[in-house]
Amino acid sequence: MGSDYFASALLTPISRLFIFYQMLFSITDIKIGYFLATRQIKKASFWTTGLIVFVMVLTFLNLVVVSGILVGLIEGSIAAHHNQYTSDIMISSLDTKDYIENSASIVSILKTLPEIEQFSARFAKGVQLEANYQTKRETDKPNVASAQMIGINPQAENQITGLASHVVDGEYLTPYDYDKVLIGQFLLDQYLPVESPGFTTLKNVGVGTKIRIKLGDINREVTVKGILKSKVDSVSMGMYMIDSQVRELIGRQDNNVSQIAIKLKEGQDPLQVKSQLLLRGMDKLAKVQTYVDAQPKFLKDIITTFAILGNALSSIGLVVASITIFIVIFINALTRRKFIGILKGIGINGRAIEYSYIFQSMFYALLGSGIGLFVVYFGLVPLFAAHPIDFPFSDGILVAPLVETLIRVGLLVLATLIAGYIPARMIVRKNTLDSILGRN
Amino acid sequence: MIQVTNLIKTFKDGETETKVLKGIDFRVENGQFIAIMGRSGAGKSTLLYQMSLLDEPTSGEIIIDSQHAHAMTGDQKTKFRLVNCGYVFQDYALLPELTAIENVVLPLLMQKIDKKTAYAKAQEALEKIKLGHRLKNIPSQLSGGEQQRVSIARAIANHPKILFADEPTANLDNESSKIVMEFFLQLHKEGQTIIMVTHEEQYAKLAQKIVKIDDGKIISITENKV
Repeated sequence: MGSDYFASALLTPISRLFIFYQMLFSITDIKIGYFLATRQIKKASFWTTGLIVFVMVLTFLNLVVVSGILVGLIEGSIAAHHNQYTSDIMISSLDTKDYIENSASIVSILKTLPEIEQFSARFAKGVQLEANYQTKRETDKPNVASAQMIGINPQAENQITGLASHVVDGEYLTPYDYDKVLIGQFLLDQYLPVESPGFTTLKNVGVGTKIRIKLGDINREVTVKGILKSKVDSVSMGMYMIDSQVRELIGRQDNNVSQIAIKLKEGQDPLQVKSQLLLRGMDKLAKVQTYVDAQPKFLKDIITTFAILGNALSSIGLVVASITIFIVIFINALTRRKFIGILKGIGINGRAIEYSYIFQSMFYALLGSGIGLFVVYFGLVPLFAAHPIDFPFSDGILVAPLVETLIRVGLLVLATLIAGYIPARMIVRKNTLDSILGRN
Repeated sequence: MIQVTNLIKTFKDGETETKVLKGIDFRVENGQFIAIMGRSGAGKSTLLYQMSLLDEPTSGEIIIDSQHAHAMTGDQKTKFRLVNCGYVFQDYALLPELTAIENVVLPLLMQKIDKKTAYAKAQEALEKIKLGHRLKNIPSQLSGGEQQRVSIARAIANHPKILFADEPTANLDNESSKIVMEFFLQLHKEGQTIIMVTHEEQYAKLAQKIVKIDDGKIISITENKV
């Protein structure tokens, strides 16, 4: 008797759960719901359906594109930093040194690695540039700007970073140029007019202008051969010169350089090559970083910030879409209240009617998302890749990873289903006869 | 088959209470064709809605097919209506987006009848009422009489125990009304229990029994010699 009691005590909740499950997911209800939904959608007004689907497409685009552009803005900046400055791997001097010790042996190793396509060794040193010194009166404030002087082999550097393509005025350096420099746009007043005590630019400097490099007691007059325009600060705030002359200027007797930017062959993994370099003990002589490691920290912080911001904006979009669907389904169900009453009257289960509205909501959400996916992957992503948005500090692209996008589709569909179910349930629960007769 | 005892229905509108049915006692046997008559507002449709389980009475008892209506839950009543009742409404009550055959097949599919059989039964019902050529038409493409016949086909497709009809000829011309009534008579001959509300005496006379209602009470029950 005791065991019977316990068995029945255990069975009761299980059987109740089973009955509840059957009530909730009756195949017949689902089939009838689908039957009604497909007929309603087929016979619905083209313009009404079009408007609802249009709202869903806009919501989807809001979900994907807003955060995608915010992230893409930074991704554009990261890509530019990668392509125009660090390349795939960057070897730079240790924090305690001005240069990479034993650079020659590092260069020899790099030449032996088959994964490496090309590298560019750079000398780098902070200097002060002065312009208009010929016409300056004793009492005038000198026209100076701080810059990073970068000594390069023009051919190697161009192969690695395409530096020549960033010359917007004048010409790129040749190995035979003497006392000629390329100067970044952010060092020039006509490109970056700022009035800040902590940041100064050179006025009235263009191609052909003579400027002075000041490094300690050394002053050297050079001629501006070209002006560089880039959204990478390291480029646009740099002054480029032939490596041998920089080496001479900074008084380096050895061949130790400050940075080596390495470009890998197509398909090579920067992490793997970095590991190889570390295995050879290179970390004792220099910092070895992949382009990801070498990203400025503020970029990483901005990515996180923009991702949060994008999600917040997307959430608002999701709520707006849910409310829209709620209103649409509510009005639809309200105007069809009489027919809902008739359906219940002739014996159609209320849950089947609710399913019909869920299917309709699903149709709107899936069609809207489908069109949205098409617009994003066959329209906007290629469009922004070909014509990036010209933001002040980066060329913004649209970042829409497929998995994340599909998660957003899932969220949109779920929100829409809930938003469609609630008003349908509200109307279905009303008294059958009141619905048929249109009584309140 | 249906036993109604001391049935009372009161409508409330704020403070105002209107007693529409004032203690109805009434019995319908299997296979009977009953016409409920009365002037407008007498309570005849209200009585039909209570008997057909579309509404809840304020008090009183309805026993339908040996089941106590008050003991049934909402879902049980819906299922009961699906299996045992057929409905014909004054305004046809067809779903506008469904074709004639889809309107008829819907309750059959809900009864878990397989699709092929359900469509065959629906077609049979529509052919029986001479609408075999209008299967794929939606209600807006049909005349009033044709719509009412689709509604009847939907009501009888699965051979319900009771057919409830609320003013089935009220919106129809004479010709269509005659067709509908002739069909009701044919169904009755086949043994179908029919309870019909009407205010048209000529059609009420076709029923076996006329129940006259006035001011919420039965004032007479007359046997017809059909």
